[in-house]
Amino acid sequence: MFYISRYSRITNRLLVDQGKVIYGKEEGTLDDFLAGAFASLSVAYPKFYKMDHLSQLGFLAMEVLARESQVKQRYAPEQIALILSNAHASMDTDKVYFKSTKTMASPALFVYTLTNIVTGELCIRHGIKGENAFFVFPQFDSKQLCDYVDMVLANEKTQACVAGWVDVIGDQHDVFLYLVEKQNRNNALEHRAEQLQKLYQLKYGTVDGRS
Amino acid sequence: MTLEGRIHVAGAGVISAIGNSADETLHSFRNNLSGIGSITLFDSIHRGVLPVGEVKLSNRELAVKLGDKKDVTRTALLGIHAAREAVQNAGVDVTKWRTGLISATTVGGMDKTEEFFNEFISDSKKGRLRNVVNHECGKTTELIADDLGIRGFISTINTACSSSVNAIAFGARLINHGLLDVVIAGGTDALTKFTLNGFNSLMILDQKECRPFDASRSGLNLGEGAGFLVLVSERVRKENNLHTMGYVSGFANTNDAFHQTASSPDGRGSFSAMQKALAMSGLQPADIDYINLHGTGTLNNDLSEGTAVARLFGERYPRLSSTKACTGHTLGASGGIEAVFSIMAIRHQCVFPNLRFENPIPEIGLIPQQQFEAGLKISHVMSNSFGFGGNCSSMIFSKE
Amino acid sequence: MEQLMADLKKQIIEALNLKHLKPEDIGDEQSLFVEGLGLDSIDALELIVLLQQQYNIKMANPQDGPQIFKSVKTMAEYIRANQPV
Repeated sequence: MFYISRYSRITNRLLVDQGKVIYGKEEGTLDDFLAGAFASLSVAYPKFYKMDHLSQLGFLAMEVLARESQVKQRYAPEQIALILSNAHASMDTDKVYFKSTKTMASPALFVYTLTNIVTGELCIRHGIKGENAFFVFPQFDSKQLCDYVDMVLANEKTQACVAGWVDVIGDQHDVFLYLVEKQNRNNALEHRAEQLQKLYQLKYGTVDGRS
Repeated sequence: MTLEGRIHVAGAGVISAIGNSADETLHSFRNNLSGIGSITLFDSIHRGVLPVGEVKLSNRELAVKLGDKKDVTRTALLGIHAAREAVQNAGVDVTKWRTGLISATTVGGMDKTEEFFNEFISDSKKGRLRNVVNHECGKTTELIADDLGIRGFISTINTACSSSVNAIAFGARLINHGLLDVVIAGGTDALTKFTLNGFNSLMILDQKECRPFDASRSGLNLGEGAGFLVLVSERVRKENNLHTMGYVSGFANTNDAFHQTASSPDGRGSFSAMQKALAMSGLQPADIDYINLHGTGTLNNDLSEGTAVARLFGERYPRLSSTKACTGHTLGASGGIEAVFSIMAIRHQCVFPNLRFENPIPEIGLIPQQQFEAGLKISHVMSNSFGFGGNCSSMIFSKE
Repeated sequence: MEQLMADLKKQIIEALNLKHLKPEDIGDEQSLFVEGLGLDSIDALELIVLLQQQYNIKMANPQDGPQIFKSVKTMAEYIRANQPV
């Protein structure tokens, strides 16, 4: 059995850490929310602005997870794996890229038409060098995700894994990341599909508690 | 991870610019033939300018050959062609065992979508919807599974150009953990305008025929095709009394954590993938008899991969070659195609040519195999596949 | 030349999404890549697109990038020397 030691969530323009809303912005565009959430974390990482929405969403959820869990301080880069999934692959950016091809194809946008670039971005940011993969499922699939992560953790070199769901299409966004470890640290949850489904389905009010 | 029992390779099927089957491919290799040429499959402003590695069968020819496959995307047609070959020569009844299909693709049904597109863009009431229903990557896998009659587990992997190796690794794990008995794993990708124009925007396409690992290399040629292996458990092998072609002895996937698309100059991700694959197999670098390189022909990949190979293997490095000089870079399919090549190297005790090589890259000095050579002792083959997003995979196949 | 460099700075910020910078933050001779602004190979490709779209200059060989894109000044000089009349 492996253990979920921390999770983060982005839904309805709320950035949630371990069940607690830490940033929210309802008005404005998705861009405004992403920029505001980024600013709220006080991180110096100008590359954030160059990322597509998918990578920005992954970045924010991962930033919270990495900071609060201290995962990088506790494991070597090769011991941490990263397994992500979503429903819309890179469609959100594919559309933007397609617009650019009408004048001149943008190389920077083309790069993000690969779904797994978000895993690359997170590895670059956090120096994670373990195994990684990206799956496309019709919807959040706790069973497949849980099974695959368990298999990855069966490798003795892998001690921890960040896994979850990073999806965006237009204004709709949905992110759920969690850290699963071999070690059971203070009241961690068991890594089971039902548990993942439960965490994914938790509902959140706004930042100041009003729903 | 340790492998509990051997994961055997019972069958292999391949289609690429140098042949429509494993036998045809071997014939091309024996004669040091290249499949790179002009674009003929679709209209493009790059026709006659950018060379590509096309499969030498039109959609119509593929559809007729496979029977009743009208309106199926090229990516799926290529996949069905190679997967059928793999299953046929494996001699395993896929309906009898718990069988899975793990297929990798990066473009999915894009080729048909591009046919739909132009009409639709000018008038949203126009365009044949039949051309877009198979667009998504997962649909490609479903079409192949339907054709093979696989009703068990199916999954699609896209980690850019390392996709197929990760698909095979996933398949090996499913067998290793006792979840499946037989897995058909590999990948398929068709040439499309999307990838051609996209890679052109990255300015990494060579206007001449590509020259992997050569000092004068200046980019890759895109190719297309599919390659699948049939992996079986020890139990399936015994009960069916199969003469298998080799087995999966190790694999690893790492992240280079350097740049979205570029490889780190010292190839730290590829080094670590090769090293970990060796560790899983319990082999030493000196045990490897041949490396099928990722070797795209870009300045960046070959220098990075070459640096990692030189560091890991030292001066007495094994025979190595990039077969992309023959096939072009088949993106998501390349790991599957090259896994089949690796198995062929073991089966026929031979190595394949790295065409057009003249001078080594000065910084690393590696000299690849330039001619087809048979009559060798090939017990362990390493195959490398690296993808955008820093995804680095290495897999080792061994002789039974 | 001054005007051209001022335009370029705005265009670079826009094209490369350097939202944390203002034009005046970029020095005329400041290095654009690694140790300076920290741009990378994809940014270099976007600069090639910028040259073509804004100045109608087609750069055929991306290997020339490091020389031309050293700084805003070297870019401006290249544009002056190569802009179609």
